[in-house]
Amino acid sequence: MQFLSYLINGLGLGSVYAIIALGYTMVYGIAKMLNFAHGDVIMVGSYIAFFALTKFGLPFPLAVLTAILVCTVLGVVIERLAYKPLRQAPSLAVLITAIGVSYFLQNGAQILWSSSSKVFPSVISAGSISIGAASVSYLTLLTIATCIVVMICLTLFINKTKTGSAMRACSEDKGASMLMGINVNQIISITFAIGSGLAAIASVLLASTYPSVYPTMGSMPGIKAFTAAVFGGIGSVPGAFVGGLILGIIEIFAKAYISTQLSDAIVFGVLIVILLIKPTGLLGKKINVKV
Amino acid sequence: MLKVTDLKVKYGMIEAIKGISFEVRDGEIVTMIGANGAGKTTTMHAISGLVKAAEGSIMLDDTELTKTPANKIVGLGLAQVPEGRRVFAEQTVEENLILGAYLRKDKDAIRTDMEEVYQLFPRLKERRTQLAGTLSGGEQQMLAMGRALMAKPSILLLDEPSMGLSPLLVSEIFHIIQEINDKGTTILLVEQNAKRALAIADRAYVLETGKITLEGTGEELSNDERVQKAYLGG
Repeated sequence: MQFLSYLINGLGLGSVYAIIALGYTMVYGIAKMLNFAHGDVIMVGSYIAFFALTKFGLPFPLAVLTAILVCTVLGVVIERLAYKPLRQAPSLAVLITAIGVSYFLQNGAQILWSSSSKVFPSVISAGSISIGAASVSYLTLLTIATCIVVMICLTLFINKTKTGSAMRACSEDKGASMLMGINVNQIISITFAIGSGLAAIASVLLASTYPSVYPTMGSMPGIKAFTAAVFGGIGSVPGAFVGGLILGIIEIFAKAYISTQLSDAIVFGVLIVILLIKPTGLLGKKINVKV
Repeated sequence: MLKVTDLKVKYGMIEAIKGISFEVRDGEIVTMIGANGAGKTTTMHAISGLVKAAEGSIMLDDTELTKTPANKIVGLGLAQVPEGRRVFAEQTVEENLILGAYLRKDKDAIRTDMEEVYQLFPRLKERRTQLAGTLSGGEQQMLAMGRALMAKPSILLLDEPSMGLSPLLVSEIFHIIQEINDKGTTILLVEQNAKRALAIADRAYVLETGKITLEGTGEELSNDERVQKAYLGG
């Protein structure tokens, strides 16, 4: 019954990727840019949660809330200062800026908090429960549950609220959205706020699973989640969810059955194959050429 | 109500609009006709703030529109039906209409106005839960018009509403434009279909490569030799 426990662990890891991927995909859907600094917002979230727990001795939920608040503000500030001035610029300029912001955050963290890694306290009880023959840790269950809750809330928000409707309108046609009176800049800010808040949630789950916090810790999960977003179809919210989960499962299976060293190569290899067969990703929209 | 003075619009080095002046008075239907590339859509976009004016002034009553952000303009009572409809294809007909009333807070009045739009365009009511992208071209045009009306504008800008529609649908659309005007909404209509546009217009302007070359009442221009030659196939 190893299989079942691998599958559940894969879902757990995939849930983290999915939550991060939502940030990539929403920002892409609305601002039409790849925010490569997204992974580093996760890093900042981990540090904030770490200090909130250890230095200030805050209880776990409050520490998470603090991380969410700081990351949300950080995301909005990054957008205002770095990306907003480039609204009319070619997308390559925006992409390079995003990479610049990523290095800025990593190096800023190194100056502020040193490059040596810190051990994230284990706040979530180490216990586990048995599902059939597999034993599943509370942390994995919490991660999967969080992902499901996030997904439900986000779907309701996007489909049922006025702001959600405005977000969908902006992702389709910014000019027509302005004609409706929608403040597109404000919608982009909200999108960055949501994406970065989600990154903070992911950061706490990630740091609890792999309990070491260091300035470049965001890059690898960031890249993987980006892969998940592309895999599922960038711009699509359900796509990020499905892409994240599948990617997590592939990674754990590859580690378990093939090779630990090769697992990342296999993950990216699967991405390449999927993109060859379906260039827009699993749930991506087909690209319409409008006349 | 709407007064444009010496408007110039540039795309990089190219001057698309070379200093035009025109006005639309309360209650009128004014049309601007011209060939492809004459600058009709650019003029419309300058009024609604989607492109920046390089020079000149666009006054809506007492507000200078060239200094107003695009998303604030609809709140001043000016709505636009853009060229190519630009409905939100992935949202339902009803969601599109609700987006048209985005800045309004009067929930009950929005309901009533939606019923009014449905009365004007019964087809939309039949299809209200359908995604806008699945509608036919004519239905999308109706939706784009209904969506603009949901803002309760005092002046409505229509950019090529007849584009790509069958003659029968064109008649229907022009009939509805007149109906909207009869109910008190001022109209600025930009058209390539000069014959139809001049037939319903109180006054008209001819735009040629960024300049206004002729103006007059709809009737005057319909009978003008130059207009007949260039735009009416006579």
